[in-house]
Amino acid sequence: MAAKVVTISSGKGGVGKTTSVANIAVALAARGQRVACVDGDIGLRNLDVVMGLENRIVYDLVDVIEGRCRLRQAMIRDKRLPELYLIPAAQTRDKTAVSPSDMVRLCDELRPEVDWILIDSPAGIERGFKNAIAAADRVLVVTNPDVSAVRDADRVVGILDAEEKGPALLVINRVNTDMVKRGDMLSVDDILDLLAIDLIGIVPEDENVIVASNKGQPLTLDTKNRAGQAFQNIARRLMGEQVAFLELETPGLWQRLLGRKPR
Amino acid sequence: MDDLPLIQIKGIRDGLLVTLGQAPWPDLLAALAHQVETQPAFFQGARLALDVGSCALRVAELSALRDQLSERGITLWAVLSESSLTEATAQNLGLATRLSKPKPPQVQEVSEAIPAEAAKWVRGPLRSGAKITHEGPVVVLGDVNPGAEIVAGGSVIVWGRLRGVVHAGAGGDEKAVVCALELSPTQLRIAGEIAISPRKQGKNQPEVARLVDGRLVAEPWQA
Repeated sequence: MAAKVVTISSGKGGVGKTTSVANIAVALAARGQRVACVDGDIGLRNLDVVMGLENRIVYDLVDVIEGRCRLRQAMIRDKRLPELYLIPAAQTRDKTAVSPSDMVRLCDELRPEVDWILIDSPAGIERGFKNAIAAADRVLVVTNPDVSAVRDADRVVGILDAEEKGPALLVINRVNTDMVKRGDMLSVDDILDLLAIDLIGIVPEDENVIVASNKGQPLTLDTKNRAGQAFQNIARRLMGEQVAFLELETPGLWQRLLGRKPR
Repeated sequence: MDDLPLIQIKGIRDGLLVTLGQAPWPDLLAALAHQVETQPAFFQGARLALDVGSCALRVAELSALRDQLSERGITLWAVLSESSLTEATAQNLGLATRLSKPKPPQVQEVSEAIPAEAAKWVRGPLRSGAKITHEGPVVVLGDVNPGAEIVAGGSVIVWGRLRGVVHAGAGGDEKAVVCALELSPTQLRIAGEIAISPRKQGKNQPEVARLVDGRLVAEPWQA
C-alpha cells in the first residue's frame, strides 16, 4: 500500500507544527502504522530534537536529494517504536537546497516503504512551505486560538486552495478553556466560522507538552494526558475513524472518582 | 429649432424622461427620432420613460415606437399619460405607467449602481492575502476575511461577512456604496474618505455604507 503524504503547516511560527508532527507520528506508529516523518525546515531543524533523535543523525534530507546517501540511510529509526522513522533536515543549508520537485521525487521513493509520510513545514509561505506541500495528499493547518495565528492560517488555507492542495484540515492547538470562558481567547466556533474548513483536532493547552518536547519524548504515549489523547484522536481520524471531539471541560468529579477517561 | 417645444428630455433617477408636447403623434415621433438620430451617443443604452400627456395611443403605435427605440439600443420602460386608453395600452405592453416612487432611495440607488455586466463577481471566502481590484463594481458571494482587500471603482456588495479592507469608488466616485450582510470591515473607504468600523454591539444586520455630506455613514440595508 502506498503511503499517504500529510503535510503539517501553519503560516505563523510557534503554534505547534513540529509538536503536532511528532505526536501524530507517534500516535499513528503506536497503532501499528509505518510512519516516516520528514523535517522540511532546512536550516532550522528541530523535529529531531522533539522526537529525541538528534544524536543519531548521520545523513539528512539534503544528502538524500543530492545523492550522497541512499534514502534508507537517512531514515532514523525511533527509539521506542520500530516502524517510526525520521528524515531530518540539514542544519547547515537553507531552503533553496531543495526544490518542490525534489520533494515529490523523495516522497515517491518513500511511499512504498511506509503507510504515512508526515512532512513538517517551516513557518512562512515561501520556498520551504512550497517544498513541504509539493508532495502532499492532505494538508493539516495548525493554529492557536489567537487572532494573528488564525489570520496566518487563513492565508495558508487560501494558498492551499490556489495550489489545489485543499481543502485543508484544521488543528486548533493550545486551547485554554478558562480563557475562552472568560472571553479572552477565540473560541473553536469563532475560528471555524472564519476559516470555514473541516476540523480534525482540538488540542488543549498543557505545559507537559513543552516538558515532553524538551525531553524528546512525545507525550502521546501517555494515555492519561488530555493533549496526548487529542493527538491520538487526530491520528485515529486520519485513519478514517469517527472520533468525537474531546470535551474541553475539566473532568467532572464522578469521572475523576471513577478514574474514567473523559471523552 | 422647431421641435424644441415638442420634446423635453431630462435625466431622472431611472434614466431619461422624455416629455412630449402638444402635437399630432406622427410629428412627435419624427421629433423624437430626430433627437435620437442627432445624438446617438447620448441615447445609446438609455432607459427611457415617455410622458405623452393627453395623447391617446393604441397598442400598434406604442409597440412600433418601442421597437424603433430598441433598434437604437434604447429601452422604453414607462409611458406616462393622462389618457386612460394610453395607460391601458402601456399596461398591455408590460410598460410601467408611473415613475417609481422616490420612497426608498437607498435601495434604488444600490441596484441602479450595479450594472451586472460591468461588475466583477467573486466567489468567497476571500481569505487573508487575497486582493481583488476592479474598475467597476465588485460582488462577493461569501465572506471577506480580515487581511483580504477589495479595491473597486464602483460599489462593493458582499453577500456574507465583510471583515477585510474595502475601498469603493476608488477612482473618486462618491456615489459608490458598500453593503454586506455583516458590515464590520477592518477599514472602509469610499472615494477619498476613510473610516474604521466601530465596535459592534447588539445583533448584526445587513448594512449599507455610503458617503453623506463627506462623511461615511452606515445604515440598515433594506430590500
